[in-house]
Amino acid sequence: MGKAELPLHAPGTQVDKGYIGQSVPRANAQRLLQGRGAFTDDLRFPRLAHVAFFRSPYAHARIKRLDFSKALKQPGVIGVFDGRAVAEYCKPWVAVLAHLKGIKSPEQFAIAIDRACWQGEACAAVVAESRTQAEDAVQLIEAEWEELPVVVDMEASLRGDVVIHEEFKDNICFKREHDTGGVDEVFAKADVVVEDTFHFGRHTGVCVEGRAILADYNAGEHSLTVYHATQAPHMMQDIFSRHLGIPEANVRVIAKDVGGSFGIKVHVYADEMATAALSVMLRRPVKFVADRLESFLSDIHAREHRVKVRLAASKTGEILAFDLDDLTAIGPYSVYPRTSGIEGNQVVNLTGGPYKHQKYKARMHVVFTNKNVTCQYRAVGHPIAVALTEGIVDLAAQKIGMDAAEFRRKNLIPDDAYPYTFPSGIKFEKLSHHKALDLLLTTMRYDDLRAEQSRLRTQKVYRGIGLAAMIEVTNPSPAFYGVGGARISAQDGATLRFEPTGMVTVMCSVTEQGQGTEAIFAQIAASAVGVSLDKVKVITGDTGVTPYGGGTWASRGAGIGGEAVLQAARALRSNMLDVAAHILKADKAELDIAGNTVINKLTTEKKLDLAELGRVAYFRPDTLPLDFQSELTVTRHYTPRQYGFTFTNGIQASLVEVDPDTGFVKLLKHWCVEDSGTVINPMLVDEQIRGGVVQGIGAALFEECLYGPDGQLLNGNMADYLVPMAGEMPDIICAHIETPTLQSQLGAKGVGEAGTAGAPAAVMNAINDALLPLNARVTRMPFTPERILKALGKVQ
Amino acid sequence: MDEALTTTLTVNGTQVTRAIPARQHLVDFLREELGLTGSHLGCEHGVCGACTVRVNGEIVRGCLMLAVQANGCRVETIEGLSDSKELAKLQAAFHRHNALQCGFCTPGMLMAAQDLLNSKQRASRDEIRAHISGNYCRCTGYQAIVDAIEEVIKTEAMNG
Repeated sequence: MGKAELPLHAPGTQVDKGYIGQSVPRANAQRLLQGRGAFTDDLRFPRLAHVAFFRSPYAHARIKRLDFSKALKQPGVIGVFDGRAVAEYCKPWVAVLAHLKGIKSPEQFAIAIDRACWQGEACAAVVAESRTQAEDAVQLIEAEWEELPVVVDMEASLRGDVVIHEEFKDNICFKREHDTGGVDEVFAKADVVVEDTFHFGRHTGVCVEGRAILADYNAGEHSLTVYHATQAPHMMQDIFSRHLGIPEANVRVIAKDVGGSFGIKVHVYADEMATAALSVMLRRPVKFVADRLESFLSDIHAREHRVKVRLAASKTGEILAFDLDDLTAIGPYSVYPRTSGIEGNQVVNLTGGPYKHQKYKARMHVVFTNKNVTCQYRAVGHPIAVALTEGIVDLAAQKIGMDAAEFRRKNLIPDDAYPYTFPSGIKFEKLSHHKALDLLLTTMRYDDLRAEQSRLRTQKVYRGIGLAAMIEVTNPSPAFYGVGGARISAQDGATLRFEPTGMVTVMCSVTEQGQGTEAIFAQIAASAVGVSLDKVKVITGDTGVTPYGGGTWASRGAGIGGEAVLQAARALRSNMLDVAAHILKADKAELDIAGNTVINKLTTEKKLDLAELGRVAYFRPDTLPLDFQSELTVTRHYTPRQYGFTFTNGIQASLVEVDPDTGFVKLLKHWCVEDSGTVINPMLVDEQIRGGVVQGIGAALFEECLYGPDGQLLNGNMADYLVPMAGEMPDIICAHIETPTLQSQLGAKGVGEAGTAGAPAAVMNAINDALLPLNARVTRMPFTPERILKALGKVQ
Repeated sequence: MDEALTTTLTVNGTQVTRAIPARQHLVDFLREELGLTGSHLGCEHGVCGACTVRVNGEIVRGCLMLAVQANGCRVETIEGLSDSKELAKLQAAFHRHNALQCGFCTPGMLMAAQDLLNSKQRASRDEIRAHISGNYCRCTGYQAIVDAIEEVIKTEAMNG
């Protein structure tokens, strides 16, 4: 079967065969709209026990003594446990990967033993009959601490005056250097060299549902069922199995409804491992739900980079070379099993990515600090790489005296240059930067906006327009994690079962976090089998039910899971037609399925209702030939392997107005043109882009985890840590280019991270464009009113 | 600490009497005692709006009100307003516009949106944005939510 068979939404496509490309509402949204979802904290179990954690009040301290005697006497308390007790049941881990050469991290335990390395690290666990009772008892744990020197600042960490982990000689977790050669020579001779330093605040995901896990150990069969708000059930199955010593097939991980993830819920958390271990220890179900204060202290944080970047260009406006030096701090541990080296690694891979220069040099250090751990959060590394690329590109355009859009047009990799290898070594199959730029400028009416901007400046209204071209990693191959030894699947699988009434059940290893996975799989399955959408039911998020696979991360669900669904659906249709051919005593080649009916391919005459096909196949197979067995459940898998990643491209624009008296930034509008290949459901894609843009705007304007010099988190609650709310957000206009990947039949690339990747850069450039006539410039995110007023010299 | 007070309240039209610990929040009571898990806990300090319920016709943060304070009150949750069909138009519009992703904030968001519909029929887009600015959604970017509410407001206005 060829690609042409795929029912894309071409003009004239019949609706019942072509759900792909249609904005179909999500079936699974209905229960959520009635408050009838099943989030982990909604589940009710007999003998359910609740755990609350005693967390370190210090950023770095030796635990000299823990006294549980008072806590143990509290009503409802089932047990109180320290790190050693839990370690008897849960093996520690070290988060390193072989392909990140030289990466190091200390052993991490489910509950800290002897030493706490960040404020909020769990140092003891109280299990009680209710969460309230457990929290009451936590208050009565007595601890004696010896405070240790604290490393908070990443430059200080790099200097290594104080080394956090005594088994290492420095605080460097990972470093990487990349050099195409010839960079210094280009800079020495270049007409134009621009240089700047950008700072990216440490922020976090703030899923409205806190992390949640309910582990239910069955001592009778040595099995563990874990209800888990996770993005990667099979990865967690493997982790629970290996670290708790339970055979893999005895571990079942079920992710029911998950209340936002964004990368926060794809990591191994020590307190969650402890919860699973406690279920085994106590032989009963145990639940942990992170409350909001715990979330701020223990959900992974992300970003916190300081990057010096230089760009060399000719006076005619050709970018010749990039040179960067990135420093990023990750807390005291690299996070298991993905490691915390990936974000910095991505910055090195991606910086300068849209442009055609050939010389590139980068140096990057990942260092330990005594703050909460950081790891992969939505768009991993991209917001940094895009912002510093686009920030320095704007500066170069300014210095040369070219319009920002024109400068980009001159330097973007041509649309006919693919396949293309970028100087950092990454490979692009097919991108569409120029088409995207053209579509963006038309959609936003760029020239009109520039004219309006000039007009308003004469009235002392300071508007700015910011552009941000981007490339994004999607559909990762095993080159992302598997090659480094991580047991994280780059493959996904789909099982399709034809039901006797003519319905189709789809079971897929990619999970639903609200992005619409189940909806698009239903669209693909219905289109490829030839049934109507109401005949398809999708099940995800259960290792006991679905084929093995990676889950949801790195913008991979549609491109990888979707392809597995498509392949399985085509195979199922073929098998259904085998049955139909026997029933009808017809040639299979003459038959097709459309509108829940077997039809004659040529005449479209209806031949056999699918419910009748099901009835015969399942209940009257005695009427079929003896040498024929129907196979109406099929499974197919898919792994992208031709490229390390299926890169996408896009470009965003932001229009802002800055009030130079207050430093406030008003977002007037935002645009995003994205090429994510085949668009399966435009409505879902657009809303995912918008959500991503808003998270990126959060990074640019509001969000930062602020730490004091003693390593105390200063704003770890929702009142003090600001996130974007509806009133501050602009309307966001989305437009698409569709360059399908030729690696798969579906042609879909990923889209989940595009908005977050580019928005901070677009907003930053817009602010700096607005500030240009005032001779001010900001490069430290988030751009709070205070920082803008400082840049304007209005406050100290 | 766990002194319980006998409290009688009407929840989604049904009268319930329970001995409720004085310190228990209304939303904990609804979720833990009555099994009404549609109201969600997002922050427990009155910021995110995921626990928004209606008490005597006014929307409140279920995490900022003690359950015993609801003695004698009429409490309505997402489950009740779904069954009574009061939210049906908003729910249909949210569905059509994909005004939710993970759905965790959605019950509270619908409560806030319905409050706007009940109080002011012709809110502008900016007024809609302002009204739901006490409800935090991390997934959607808010635009589809505003679109959905705006559509219901416009339809209601047309139908007089």
